[in-house]
Amino acid sequence: MHNEDTIAALSTPYGTGGIGVIRISGEKAFGTAAKIFKTSKAMEEIQSHTVTYGKIVDEESKDIVDEVLLLKMCKPNTFTREDVIEIHCHGGIVVINRVLELIFKNGVRPAEPGEFTKRAFLNGRIDLSQAEAIIDLINSKTVESSKAAVSHLEGRLSSRLKSIRETLVGLLAHIEVTVDYPEHDIEEITGEKVLENLINIKDELHTLAGTFERGKILREGLNIVIAGKPNVGKSSLLNQLSGSIKAIVTDIPGTTRDIIEEYVNIKGIPAKITDTAGIRSTQDIVEKIGVNKAYEAVEHADLTIVVLSAETGIEEEDIKILSLIKNKKALILINKTDLVDNNQIIEIKKQLEEYDTVLNASVINARGIEELETTIAELFIKGRISGNDEVLLTNSRHKYLVDRAIEDIQQALNSFNTGMPLDMVTIDIKSCADNIGQITGESIDEAVMHDIFSRFCIGK
Amino acid sequence: MDYFAGSYDIAVIGAGHAGCEAALAAARLGCSTIVFSINLDSIANMPCNPSIGGTAKGHLVREIDALGGQMGKTTDKTFIQSKILNSSKGPAVYSLRAQVDRRQYQMEMKHILETQENLDIRQAEVIEVLTDETGTSVTGVKTHTGAIFQCKAIVLTTGTYLQGKIFIGDVSYSGGPDGLFPANRLSESLQNIGIDLLRFKTGTPARLNKRSLDFSKMSEQPGDDIIVPFSFETEKIEKDQVPCWLTYTNTDTHEVIKKNIHRSPLYSGNITGIGPRYCPSIEDKVVRFSDKEHHQVFVEPMGIDTEEMYLQGMSSSLPEDVQVEFMRTIPGLENVKVMRSAYAIEYDGIDATQLKLSLEYKNIDGLFSAGQINGSSGYEEAAAQGIVAGINAAMKVQNRDPLILDRSQAYIGVLIDDLVTKGTKEPYRMMTSRAEYRLLLRQDNADLRLTTIGREIGLISEERYKNFIEKKEMIEIEIERLKNTYLPPSEAVLKYLESRNSTAIKSGIQVTELLRRPEISYESLSEVCELPDLPRAVREQVEVAVKYEGYIKRQMQQVEQYKKLEGRKIPQNIDYNQIQGLRLEARQKLSQIRPDSIGQASRITGVSPADISVLLIYLEQVNRKKN
Repeated sequence: MHNEDTIAALSTPYGTGGIGVIRISGEKAFGTAAKIFKTSKAMEEIQSHTVTYGKIVDEESKDIVDEVLLLKMCKPNTFTREDVIEIHCHGGIVVINRVLELIFKNGVRPAEPGEFTKRAFLNGRIDLSQAEAIIDLINSKTVESSKAAVSHLEGRLSSRLKSIRETLVGLLAHIEVTVDYPEHDIEEITGEKVLENLINIKDELHTLAGTFERGKILREGLNIVIAGKPNVGKSSLLNQLSGSIKAIVTDIPGTTRDIIEEYVNIKGIPAKITDTAGIRSTQDIVEKIGVNKAYEAVEHADLTIVVLSAETGIEEEDIKILSLIKNKKALILINKTDLVDNNQIIEIKKQLEEYDTVLNASVINARGIEELETTIAELFIKGRISGNDEVLLTNSRHKYLVDRAIEDIQQALNSFNTGMPLDMVTIDIKSCADNIGQITGESIDEAVMHDIFSRFCIGK
Repeated sequence: MDYFAGSYDIAVIGAGHAGCEAALAAARLGCSTIVFSINLDSIANMPCNPSIGGTAKGHLVREIDALGGQMGKTTDKTFIQSKILNSSKGPAVYSLRAQVDRRQYQMEMKHILETQENLDIRQAEVIEVLTDETGTSVTGVKTHTGAIFQCKAIVLTTGTYLQGKIFIGDVSYSGGPDGLFPANRLSESLQNIGIDLLRFKTGTPARLNKRSLDFSKMSEQPGDDIIVPFSFETEKIEKDQVPCWLTYTNTDTHEVIKKNIHRSPLYSGNITGIGPRYCPSIEDKVVRFSDKEHHQVFVEPMGIDTEEMYLQGMSSSLPEDVQVEFMRTIPGLENVKVMRSAYAIEYDGIDATQLKLSLEYKNIDGLFSAGQINGSSGYEEAAAQGIVAGINAAMKVQNRDPLILDRSQAYIGVLIDDLVTKGTKEPYRMMTSRAEYRLLLRQDNADLRLTTIGREIGLISEERYKNFIEKKEMIEIEIERLKNTYLPPSEAVLKYLESRNSTAIKSGIQVTELLRRPEISYESLSEVCELPDLPRAVREQVEVAVKYEGYIKRQMQQVEQYKKLEGRKIPQNIDYNQIQGLRLEARQKLSQIRPDSIGQASRITGVSPADISVLLIYLEQVNRKKN
């Protein structure tokens, strides 16, 4: 940060809106855009402050990732007073993430919170009154990451990275001690030993980077599926959680024939909520397709919310649905509790004794929503629905740093193969440890010194 | 009774390795200078190992030389064995180390001081630093005999003398190094003018009579055949060298130590000073690395005209009787006759975060300090700070900008930045691993890095500078020539490659491309193409520059990034408590250290990247309000 790297980020809110705008700012903005944006014109020929239609193409796989509009703006007449590219993506959040990743692969790093504004300010673009707001933004980052959900996952990540970092520090200390204390009878670390360690670390980092590729919970959101027989209030629930009217809510059963997805924020945890067609045996072909899709969605969900109606009680169709969530992560929401008396609810609950989490709600009156959200967040934080104990890379800045660390190791391996002395290769190993240290927030210099003095017997 | 004894531009307190360089630099820059020593026979003394250089330390000596300092030249004149360490590793870590004749070194250095124009030498203990009424600016010094010397700037180079206390086992007494008197009164004067003192600890092993040693039980450690001088001005050296010897401790030695460990002041808690982790005493090594059955012991000559030998690896604060007992278990030392016992010494130093990067005290105008008082360890570290403090005292007197070397320019820069920005709790030893740009900071290119700076300051002669420029041009021309020379896949070339186990070429190849292969040396290229007759130092530079171009470029890019942050200066009158959004810890640390630049601020422990952002924004705000 606070240097002149080129930075990029999604500038529109995460997960909502029909289009997403990615902004790139800095020296490499045009060069990077040229590598991923394909159109009839070369990047240099595109005039400043004009919009160009084209495609984002992944060079490696040759995939067309998205059709986009690209806005090129030459410095200094831009927000940050640097060269700026804006890419207007049309795909959903998954596509936007892929585009961002392509950008980060090409020499651009993720922007810190408030960094565009900070640059705008430092480059004399915006006025003083806004400076305070930037400071808040910068400081808000710490608040954000102290959120339980995020820190839980990051805690696991950093403990994994810690062991990698320890290995690197150990290698460095061993190489350095023989450099700084050449006449001491310390066994020289062999190139093969270093090589072996580095290859292991590289594999481990690759695996880690792969978890990001698979696109997991925090990035795409927790995959929550709402299931239930028709007309129990699934779409109403979706609308309550997302705060907007997306799903058409009527009292005609089977209104939702397809799957509707919505990105929401539940107590700081991003989630993708899928509203399914009401599950029932049906002869209507269109509806049947919807029902099949619903089955599939439940199958892949991180969490299924089964909505029951207090009004109808548990019917045969409900039992069928409940059977779908056996051995899966799920919670049950008894809706429409406003329409019945307490005894009826108790009666229903009795039949659901085998299920851990059963909640009441009157979705239409926004009752029980708060409790539902809290429960989801708790389930998530306790790890019950964050998949398995797998360590996940969820933050694109972390992904960027892990990728750089892998590059460093590759560079180190290449150097070995061309016969570079070990003390030279430490430049790459240090850089790798530094990149990982930026995730875990630890600097390595003192750590290497400490390791040298505690592990090796040296002195006068 | 106090009396007025004279007036000088600069007073240097202490004539060890820091004091000598400081005094010489100041005098050579035209300032009338006086240097004090408690005992003139201890000028440039080596109270510990009789050697100069070694890893990273050798780099420092060469940098001192490139700036126009003395240490390298005096070493070249008085060494008795020379060696390049790490010669099997990369060029960044080749390190020159010389065993010197300790007494000759001292005499040589003392004579240089004596004959230096503008420089006076006085045997005296300085007991007071005199300041103006406000206590913020120095005016002179007072000696134990009441002599008052007026001066405009002072360099404190007191080494281990301040309230020195010697420990030999359960015996302890007030004393300086090597049987000299301590300086017991100056500490109080420093505290009175608001300087925070710390207590440091170090130690040295015993000196033995050579006649009592059996070298047939040790292995000989000779010097190198080809001698590389320290000074860039020294021509070829040829002289007879004296060997060192290597032997080992064993389980018997360790038993003796373990049995008596309770008699060590370090373990009984009588020593409170913090000793260096990298210089553990033998008892430390035995306790901490108990699984190690042997420890190395080097036996090094103290000089030509003496039988005294230094016992490297055996620093100890155990009682004398125990020392003798454990030494006698070591092969070759069975009948050892000790001449001087090993001892530990505790002394006052300062918290170096009170200093600016120029080594001047932040709160006291004209007061500088250098060497062990700042928390460093080693002759070379001391000398490196000494020359910088001496230069900057002179700059102060002459109203010129101070010399501040940064981390990308010199090990000296790394050393001072570390001490001043982070401070140190234990004596700080220079190591190559402390230099993040060490591939650029090689000992072989110290002249390329610093001669021009030395010239601008005024410590490099016209002639030396001319020679330097010539050398630089020769290097550039030869690299350019190699880049433009191509070798065909001729029979001769293929045969040459084969003889070196190097992959054959199919088409013409740039010579620089070939030289990048690890198995191809510059010298050997003469078999396939014509090489001009160039000095060794030039050939060396050409080879390194071509061979490691990739890494050198990478480090230069890192340096570019680093320089951007160093270039963002912070005004000295900034009030960190007024900055909204800075965390409390950052406020305190920044107020204490008062960094020069954003770069320096970012290296302070306890200042986070978010704090740096806040600081940048604040600076921009202030800047705009001004306009």
